[in-house]
Amino acid sequence: MMTISATRVPVVRILRFDAVQRVTHWLNAALFTVLILTAISLFYGSFFGVVLPRHLDQEVHLWSGLILPLPIAVSLLGPWGRAMRRDLQRMSYWTHQEIAWLRSFGRRPLIADKFNPGQKLNTIFTGAAIVIMLVSGVILQWFRFFPLSWRSGATFVHDTLAYLVVAVIVGHLVMALSHAESLRSMFSGRVDATWVRAHAPKWANELDGDEDLPGPDVNDLR
Amino acid sequence: MAEADLDLVVASPRRERSDVVTQRPDLESPGDGRVPMGRRVFLGLGALGALGVVVGGNVQNFLGNSLGSGIGGLFPFGDRFRYYSITGNYPSISARKYRLEVSGLVERPTTLSLADLQALPSTSFTKTFQCVTGWKVPDVQWRGVLLADILTHVGVQPGAVALQFESYDHADTESLTLDQARRPDVLVAYEMLEAPVTRAHGGPVRLYVAPMFGYKSLKWLSAIRVVDRVEPGFWEQNGYPVNGWRDGSTGPTNNNSSLA
Repeated sequence: MMTISATRVPVVRILRFDAVQRVTHWLNAALFTVLILTAISLFYGSFFGVVLPRHLDQEVHLWSGLILPLPIAVSLLGPWGRAMRRDLQRMSYWTHQEIAWLRSFGRRPLIADKFNPGQKLNTIFTGAAIVIMLVSGVILQWFRFFPLSWRSGATFVHDTLAYLVVAVIVGHLVMALSHAESLRSMFSGRVDATWVRAHAPKWANELDGDEDLPGPDVNDLR
Repeated sequence: MAEADLDLVVASPRRERSDVVTQRPDLESPGDGRVPMGRRVFLGLGALGALGVVVGGNVQNFLGNSLGSGIGGLFPFGDRFRYYSITGNYPSISARKYRLEVSGLVERPTTLSLADLQALPSTSFTKTFQCVTGWKVPDVQWRGVLLADILTHVGVQPGAVALQFESYDHADTESLTLDQARRPDVLVAYEMLEAPVTRAHGGPVRLYVAPMFGYKSLKWLSAIRVVDRVEPGFWEQNGYPVNGWRDGSTGPTNNNSSLA
């Protein structure tokens, strides 16, 4: 096999996240950070008033929560949201191979698309969590319009899901910090073409219209 | 490195590019998968969330009962207190300097120290603390003096109709009718959870109105005035029902306050 010296390899950078996606991601990250930090002192009495007086804490948490869906909604709905909508479609539809890969916790073979099933699941979970947290939060804030049992249930859902969200975010951070090229692309938007070949072969295939990517065909792996 | 080299071999023959290229994905159908997992997982989680709102209270009760309040309190789904304050802080009152002023339409206006309160006949019971926003803590032990006993101690004048309560920092106020105040489950509490009431819980002395939502149980109690009419307290002025019965008999939806 021939070896190519690094200096002679042409650098091909592929756009993975456009500016709209990057801005949306970081706005979302900032809002989640504020929500978690304010939640800590609302949830644990011993942190009460450490950073902000409680009523301010509560206001910040409430308003951050109310605007949390906005960056995603605005970025998806506007004429600037082409890449967002395309990637959302990628997240939505799964191959049987991807499902099998996830079910086997990554042991089954996978020809990864632009996003692997773990990344897809993370996105879908985050989207659903935003909606559920918003609805249960609204019930808690404007509780007068809901029966007491719903308020209890909303507290239960809001608290339990908060723990799950934190766990998923920690997982997301671990994965991001251990995959430097992926992480960089959330800042610069671009990844190296070689990275695409290695980590998203199906997407690479799609980008250059090559149907003969080495490896087993998707349909053989069901 | 060997792996990276292999990737380069695969990548390089197809393209001869020397500068940065922006490649816009040109997709007929993004992802050729056919299973709408995104929608399924999203809707599944949504349904789970909705179910949680409807039956979550019962699930929490079950978990609380089977785990016990001690262990349950450690988990997000356990019953636990959440701390509220309408100011930015908790008042700090030493047990030694604490005074409760009882005045208004009474025969003997009185100022009681904590020791005075503890010298009066005490009542103890174990009851649930239920917040109007939905959370609750079952099996909380309370000890103190029945409000009814304090009223007997000071003597209520004819024409008295209601009581007005004030917190130490004068920020919070509450009200009860005389009939409500005389119930055998309405306590001026100095002990909670088998210990002196903590500063965060409204110590050294707070009100505990068992049959009503938590906002009626004023914390850092400093003054009781017997008056001739019900004056809505802080939370009632913010839209909560004046009669905050837990069973909803004057429930939040048929709020008798015009400020809802």
